[in-house]
Amino acid sequence: MSDALLTSAISVRDLTKQYKTVQAVAGISFDVPKGSITALLGGNGAGKTTTIAMLLGALIPTSGTVHILGHDMQRNRFAALPYMNFSSPYVDIPKKLTVIENLRVYGRLYNVPDLEKRIQVMADELDLNEFITRSVGKLSAGQQTRVSLAKSLINAPEVLLLDEPTASLDPDTADRIRGYLQNYCTQHGMTILLASHNMREVERLCDNVLIMKRGKIVDSGTPDDLVTRYGRRDMEEVFLDVARGTGNAAALAEESDAPHDVAPDREGHVA
Amino acid sequence: MNASLTRIYAIWLRHIYILSRSIPRLLEIMYWPSVQMIMWGFVSRFFAMRGGGDLSTLDMALGTLLGAVLLWDVLFRTQIGLSISYLEEVWARNMGHLFVSPLRPSEWVAAMMLVSLARAMIGIVPAALLAIPFYGFSIFDLGFPLLLFFFNLVLMGWWLGLLITAMLIKAGPGAESLAWMTTFALAPFCTVYYPPEVLPLWMQYISEAMPAAHVFNGLRALVTEGVFLVDHMVWAFVLNAVYMVIGFLVLKLSFNNARKHGTLLQAGE
Repeated sequence: MSDALLTSAISVRDLTKQYKTVQAVAGISFDVPKGSITALLGGNGAGKTTTIAMLLGALIPTSGTVHILGHDMQRNRFAALPYMNFSSPYVDIPKKLTVIENLRVYGRLYNVPDLEKRIQVMADELDLNEFITRSVGKLSAGQQTRVSLAKSLINAPEVLLLDEPTASLDPDTADRIRGYLQNYCTQHGMTILLASHNMREVERLCDNVLIMKRGKIVDSGTPDDLVTRYGRRDMEEVFLDVARGTGNAAALAEESDAPHDVAPDREGHVA
Repeated sequence: MNASLTRIYAIWLRHIYILSRSIPRLLEIMYWPSVQMIMWGFVSRFFAMRGGGDLSTLDMALGTLLGAVLLWDVLFRTQIGLSISYLEEVWARNMGHLFVSPLRPSEWVAAMMLVSLARAMIGIVPAALLAIPFYGFSIFDLGFPLLLFFFNLVLMGWWLGLLITAMLIKAGPGAESLAWMTTFALAPFCTVYYPPEVLPLWMQYISEAMPAAHVFNGLRALVTEGVFLVDHMVWAFVLNAVYMVIGFLVLKLSFNNARKHGTLLQAGE
């Protein structure tokens, strides 16, 4: 097993997804170090969701490999899936079931030991107790996001993939979710790969950033590195530069083809 | 409980939660088989009266027609139960969560089969029990052969459900009417209410390939002549075994195709 597979929670090589006439993901390679939080950024249609679907094994790549916790997701995804989880506002938790029923179902799907205790821990930490016996469909967007987060943490995953975890949340709820994720990662050493359009979220949470455009990773680095390199004040401006090809983006894109597609670790070293 | 059984139980639990939550849904599952049984009971009485009205004619008419109505519902309810179990996940936009969990497709299929069996039983048992006070007809009097008829029809409901689910995965939830239509399209070949001899020859050939046709032939022979047709039962089991393998393979193909085209995560209303 290569060093990258041993030290990385997620290791992606030459990953491509070609639909009939559209190349959704075009040969990307990156590593996500264990215990880090990495953001996958890009405009709509950049290939983030397609990449996440391939990482989860829900979408078969046209070519390339994905290894999660050392397991090849094409050949042996069921070895990795018990240690992973996923949350997205675009994939619902069954709304007719109550919160606790959903957690019981998902807990069993992940074979969580001592499930009732784990549910109670999740309910306490994410403030679910007051509506735990209510149907998910009757909850507010913020409450549903907390339930979705509880579902995604029910198996204490080693790798968590999040697709826009705070989309459509009010600033207070979004802030609480970010704080919770940050603490949880620190305490449990969980690895997170998150797709987000919220640059403040990325600056606050993420050790590394991968920026995608038209199916390719066009840049990567720590948020501070990127801000410095682009000569901007924050990630919002970096994102706009990359999306619009303005500022330093064009020059940087020409300079960097392959090396940037590997995420640096917490200290900024490229693997 | 081992990990695989726990996951099967999780899916079972998810559907039991839905069913137990909704009284209208439960009533609807029970309603159609019972109404059908009552209707066909009167039709049987009418035929018996036209046939002379003696008790043996009435018994035979009730046995063949009511027995057929109840057993046809075993097939239909099992198939629809399996397809609906899939559609429930699609309507809930839950496929993306299920298939990125450790749940294996074979476990999902096993759970759907159990759920469909439960749904079928919820529908058919009350209808079968109602037939006793209404018409003095108890399908349970058929004894051991009833178990064989029942099991064969459940098997046919399952493989049909697998094939229809495969089509739904391929065509998307917009094609959900397939779930209701397909089994009825096969009904004429299954010779539920009449012997295969009344069919044109080309339909008789297709009928031979339907496990249900062998079951209903067996039912008629048992009720009218008191004979249990072993060869028909064996044929039904053999055909069911072959179609079940085909059903699994087609569903697997469709599932892999959905993973290839990315439709699994998008499956929703």
